[in-house]
Amino acid sequence: MTPLIALLALPLAGALMAVAVPHRGARIAGVVVVASAGALIMLVAQWGIPHAAPGGWGAPLGIMLEADGLALAFMAMVLAVMAGVCATAAPMRELPTPFWPLALLAWAALNAIFVSRDLFNLYVGLELLTLAAVALVATGGDKALAAALRYLIFALTGSILYLAGVVLVYSAHGVLDVSLLAATLPAPTDRVAMGLMTAGLLIKTALFPFHVWLPPAHAAAPAPASAMLSALVPKASFVILLRLWFEAMPDAADDRLLTALAVLGALAVGHGGIMALRQTRLKQIIAYSTVAQIGYLFLVFPLAGGDGAAQPWAAGAWTGAVFQALSHGLAKAAMFLCAGLWIIAVGSDRLEDLRGLARGLPMTAMAFALAAITLMGLPPSGGFTAKYLMMTTAFASGQVVWALVLAGGGLLAAAYLYRPMGALFAREIPAFTPVPRYLQAVPLVLALLAVGMGVLSDGLYAFLQLGRPGTAEEGL
Amino acid sequence: MAVFDLALCTLILLAALAAVAGPGLFRAVVFFVVYGVLIALAWVRLGAPDVALAEAAIGAGLTGVLLLGAVGRLSRAGADEPLTSRIDWPVALAAGLVGAMLVWAVLSLAPGPGLAPAVAEILPQTGVENPVTAVLLNLRAWDTLLESVVLLAALIGLWPLARGGAWQAAAGPVHHALPDGVLAGFGRLLPPVALLVGVYLVWAGAYQPGGAFQGGTVLAAAGVLCVMAGLVRAPGMAAPLWRLALVAGPGLFLALGVAGMAFGGFLLFPTALAKGMILAIEMVLTLSIAVTLALMVLGPPEGGGAQ
Repeated sequence: MTPLIALLALPLAGALMAVAVPHRGARIAGVVVVASAGALIMLVAQWGIPHAAPGGWGAPLGIMLEADGLALAFMAMVLAVMAGVCATAAPMRELPTPFWPLALLAWAALNAIFVSRDLFNLYVGLELLTLAAVALVATGGDKALAAALRYLIFALTGSILYLAGVVLVYSAHGVLDVSLLAATLPAPTDRVAMGLMTAGLLIKTALFPFHVWLPPAHAAAPAPASAMLSALVPKASFVILLRLWFEAMPDAADDRLLTALAVLGALAVGHGGIMALRQTRLKQIIAYSTVAQIGYLFLVFPLAGGDGAAQPWAAGAWTGAVFQALSHGLAKAAMFLCAGLWIIAVGSDRLEDLRGLARGLPMTAMAFALAAITLMGLPPSGGFTAKYLMMTTAFASGQVVWALVLAGGGLLAAAYLYRPMGALFAREIPAFTPVPRYLQAVPLVLALLAVGMGVLSDGLYAFLQLGRPGTAEEGL
Repeated sequence: MAVFDLALCTLILLAALAAVAGPGLFRAVVFFVVYGVLIALAWVRLGAPDVALAEAAIGAGLTGVLLLGAVGRLSRAGADEPLTSRIDWPVALAAGLVGAMLVWAVLSLAPGPGLAPAVAEILPQTGVENPVTAVLLNLRAWDTLLESVVLLAALIGLWPLARGGAWQAAAGPVHHALPDGVLAGFGRLLPPVALLVGVYLVWAGAYQPGGAFQGGTVLAAAGVLCVMAGLVRAPGMAAPLWRLALVAGPGLFLALGVAGMAFGGFLLFPTALAKGMILAIEMVLTLSIAVTLALMVLGPPEGGGAQ
């Protein structure tokens, strides 16, 4: 078995086994984590673009799978988050058994989406991811049902819009493969098709104003599920957006549309930040912070390429957006896992109940602080590298307004993250249930990885250029 | 036939309007089922009998039953207030906009032949004679493998809703039926026929319309009827055999796909063995689909007790 196929087959096989042998769910997930790590290390060590054609047909009749730098980096981030999620979820007895097959199915769907080059296969992956994610929200019990149902309705609306677009693409071009589509002549219906697919994916990515389903769903789910939902799930539809606009149909782009996407992103940064400031429960703050952080990703559409030809050193916005998605994933997972441990420790995630908890659980407070540094975009974190790359492009190409959004969003993040930090480091000694040290170490490792992305950004930057589309440098 | 097509289109639009615009949940569901049957007819007219079968079985039949079950639960919970016929204008506007865009796109399209000629050309290498089955189980087997798991994800999504968290208990509420009543009579009469039809649909799928999803739906209907007629107890997830039945189809699919690596690639079925491998996958997948769909229709456990 090639490592690429192993990365797809392992979580799927694990999910099926976790249904057949439910009381061994945690152990099965552990095996999948270890084996996937081995496969991933082999792939990264090859430093190339492995691909596969299931069935041996290849495009256009079959489906092409390709693990470029983007796909591998996201699969690595997912692996790190899933390892953390599994480590903290395993000892949680109140977590219902169906959590394990659902988590593994979501993982399988994420990997399938990251490597897929086929628009319809991407739809199937999205469906699997959506259903698993909605069910993960529902594992939060009766109080989470309304949020799960609302999420389901939004997500299915997104699915149908995306599918309608795929149908139009196939009717007009007769192919579904991203690379083949890039080589076809534009059709008059491309704008409508891209509009429908983009609208569907925006709903699933929870970009403002389609974000209303996200905060209640992410806050109501059990903490390990929230970590997956916030850190991983919206990234899949964002990666599809990158594939569509930068690889499949860059010709369909026009400046007004690109600006509109970035304006929505800027509004998300502002709205998410202000709403996060007004919450009193930690999980709500973290969930609204996701709304804000997703906003940055959409600045890539007008920024990418910058002034490409004249200043090639300033063409890093595409890579910057990918850095943002990856570092946010790691940092957000760390934060939700911290919240989960604090709920175990004090039985609540209200800010006033968390006062002084840094003394009781110092490692988790450290993890939260490091994750906060990434979300604020302070050096030397991955979030800083992301903002640095995007800001460089913004200034070099004269689009200063997006630089202001990046800077203002950082200030807002500092403001809304100061409140939980202030509570944690208050000079009080609270009563709390002790949490084992190895559990406290899990979010710390994830937060350190998010910071490490900035420290070791050279290698990751070079890796992300493997298979990077030309439009990322030239702009749309 | 143009008159028939025109009448069909009109009826589809009217049924759709009646389903979304009228008052009353039950009425909406009934019109939704009518709409599904009409759409199935439309697929027949478009020369896509495979899609027609799937639409009739899953779109109209299964979804209709699920929706009727939901209406029943709502009325038992006293939550089925009659809907007012008020129109939700923002939603109507958005739907109208998307509809207009689609109509414009369809009118301005000059659809080519797509990939159908290319599929016909390589059909002899796929091991089956029905091009739809060739696409689903061979050319795009990776899609179908994931789709079969989507179904499983939908079922697992019901388990957290089980009463008291007892997701391993018998599915759905306890069903009672008069031993000599109509339901029990049908429960004895129909399942053998449904078994025959279901297996035939899978077998025939190799060379004419049919396949695992359609066959599985018919088998699931037979199973649900047996349970509702009180002839057999609803299955529960505490029994390892039922859990195995859920994962056997996707499991075998994945295993044979990985075994394909020995022949040169993931999900690669060599021409000589393809027919046998595809039929084996379809048969076991039918079983898994049937059990999954039946459990979905029966609903999450409601404290019925028996396993």
